[in-house]
Amino acid sequence: MTDLLAARSQMAISLGFHIVFAEIGVAMPLMMVLAEWRWLRTREAVYLELARRWAKGVAILFAVGAVSGTVLSFELGLLWPGFMRFAGPIVGVPFSLEGFAFFTEAIFLGVYLFGWERLSPRAHLLAGIVVAVSGAASAVFVLMVNAWMNTPTGVTMAAGRIVAVDPVAGMLSPAAFPQALHMVLASYAATGLAVAGVHAWMLRHGATRDFHRRALIVALWVGAPAALLQPLSGDISARLVASSQPAKLAALEGQFLTQRGAPLRIGGWPDAQAATTRYALEIPHGLSLLAFHEWNAEVKGLTAFPRADWPPVAPVHVSFQVMVALGTAMAMVALWAAWVAWRKREIAEQPWLLLALVLVAPFGFIATEVGWMVTEVGRQPWVVQGLLRTSDAVTPMPGLIVPLTVFTLLYVVLGGVVVAVIGAMVRETAGEPAGDVRGPLEVRA
Amino acid sequence: MTFVPAPLGLPELFAGIIVVALNVYVLTGGADFGAGVWDLFASGPRRNQQRDFIAHTIGPIWEANHVWLVLVVVLTFTAFPAAFATLGTVLHIPLALMLVGIVLRGAAFVFRGYGSRSQEERRNWGRIFAVASTFTPLTLGVVIGAVSTGAVGVAQAQIGAASFRSVFVAPWWSPFPVAVGVLALALFAMLAAVYLAYETQDGPLREDFRRRALVAAVAVFVAAFGALAVAHRDAPLMRAGLVGSAWAVPFQVATGLSAITAIGALWWRRYTVARLAAAAQLSLILWGWAFAQFPYLVPSDLTIRNTVAPRITLVIVAWALAAGAVLLIPSLLYLRRTFATQRTR
Repeated sequence: MTDLLAARSQMAISLGFHIVFAEIGVAMPLMMVLAEWRWLRTREAVYLELARRWAKGVAILFAVGAVSGTVLSFELGLLWPGFMRFAGPIVGVPFSLEGFAFFTEAIFLGVYLFGWERLSPRAHLLAGIVVAVSGAASAVFVLMVNAWMNTPTGVTMAAGRIVAVDPVAGMLSPAAFPQALHMVLASYAATGLAVAGVHAWMLRHGATRDFHRRALIVALWVGAPAALLQPLSGDISARLVASSQPAKLAALEGQFLTQRGAPLRIGGWPDAQAATTRYALEIPHGLSLLAFHEWNAEVKGLTAFPRADWPPVAPVHVSFQVMVALGTAMAMVALWAAWVAWRKREIAEQPWLLLALVLVAPFGFIATEVGWMVTEVGRQPWVVQGLLRTSDAVTPMPGLIVPLTVFTLLYVVLGGVVVAVIGAMVRETAGEPAGDVRGPLEVRA
Repeated sequence: MTFVPAPLGLPELFAGIIVVALNVYVLTGGADFGAGVWDLFASGPRRNQQRDFIAHTIGPIWEANHVWLVLVVVLTFTAFPAAFATLGTVLHIPLALMLVGIVLRGAAFVFRGYGSRSQEERRNWGRIFAVASTFTPLTLGVVIGAVSTGAVGVAQAQIGAASFRSVFVAPWWSPFPVAVGVLALALFAMLAAVYLAYETQDGPLREDFRRRALVAAVAVFVAAFGALAVAHRDAPLMRAGLVGSAWAVPFQVATGLSAITAIGALWWRRYTVARLAAAAQLSLILWGWAFAQFPYLVPSDLTIRNTVAPRITLVIVAWALAAGAVLLIPSLLYLRRTFATQRTR
């Protein structure tokens, strides 16, 4: 393994780990606030229990997100000093703002967790809302950085270096809105449907408590609308990629030859050597229609670009296919749940719908992971599209396989423990309502 | 070295803000690390009470404390990208080790508090928490010590020409950085013991922490003199700054006075004074380091001025910092008040 590949792998693993917790950090506070709001409105104790249990989960997951995010901020320098030397002054601004949003989130999460008895109900709910809003704001600021890497604006170049910057223009690059929208919706869809799936599983396995019915509904209120909107947001993103990163579009669609009225390929395996995509189901004119909303629009193929500027085609194409397939399945199940709710039927009484919810529970997180493969691997060999190559950004330190191994092991252990801890918390809810749902820390206090 | 009047402007302000953030981090996060050290060395008949009280005081704050470190990192790469790149490159190994420590510590603390109901698992997480809390300050001190020797800047220039050892290991694996690592550990441990003694209401427990604070204060003296002794050979810039420059004498006197005050206050059980003096001592040492290497960020060639980002970036971030301070400082005080009320409930 080359050092460059080791560095990319370590960054991919770190981001891939962090992003799950980042998504949960965006969406879970919203669900917890909704549950508390329902409690204030209805005074049904089950909603309070729900808000408290979810808050306990948020505390753990937020902590894991915070440490893994700290790791990432260091890794920018440990693995990509060339990138930071090049782009620090422009990506530093949204990163600073993200720091503030994260700070706000941490502070008010503390207020929320320890203020149940101390604050008035309204102030407590407000603290939760601040957590939810600042969580989403963090995501938006980070996505501004990534958007800039895809569609860099606000920089004046001379001799391969940035000589003047306009950080505001950099933050508002063309990809900023589409990517931020896509990621925030992804957070709500993935987390909402994952939590819904957990409660659906409990309901299918004999848990009859009202707790799980209510939890399922609140989770669906967050997850289902986002899952339904996500295909539209995907369309906005794809059209931007088509116009701003044609090589990435060609890779994710497995399009090797420049073509008018290009077909949409479903599935298939791109063979970069032979410059062709095999075994795909082709829908005539589909790609031209989707990417440019025009029947005969010309789609650039990879062969229009120098071979050295091709991203790895097969992983990008396959990741994209998987993301779209999973997203579609999630939207379908969301639609089904919406239909059942619209017919005024109890979702918890529909065994097949519950089964479908259980099945799609992990889809959102998997789709997120492969979605990041699409955007990151699809941008290769560039770290900043057209301006800086990844190979020029990587640290000169040799032996990067060692930190890659260490951090991978660390994340494997951490991930395993998180799953075990959350699993234990969920199993607790199987029986009768527990009297005390406070964490040991709070009990001691 | 005599005091050279350097230009003072926005770049210097940013360097100052970074040191302020680092200062807050060592006073808050440093005390959290130090508390973990005393978890590791919990002993005697009240060892379980010591551990419980330590967990209790760290409470919900640690996530909020950690953002100061994130602020240091973000401001450094935003305002001084070339310095950040050099630090990340040459000090890759100690920084990565520090990260491993931070991750293990933070995660273990939360899992111990919230996770398992089994006593044994809790004990295991507690052990990991304690060991990582002890290990991480060493690496933080090593990083700071390595920067101040000037070897980092030299190593960056030798990349590709010199051996792996001399570029990526030698700059930090030498007597002065290691001595600073030990000093950081002793300082954090002392600070934490003083805080813990101040905060507990339990008489015997307070005596436990008082004794620990006194032991740590002695360790600080030994480590500080050890570091100064090897500085002569390894960190001439640091030594010249700390001993020879115009501001050095009052600075040294103030640091020494706060150290003596802290020990005296502990001896006579004046915990409020001890807490202030210990915090002052740690802060003065940090600022002494910062002034001694001013205007260098990464001696011996990267300065504040030759690594600074374009002015527009600094202006925007400065406004963001001002707005953030207006919003966040009251919020942070509110959190502390909420937590304090909860605790005395």
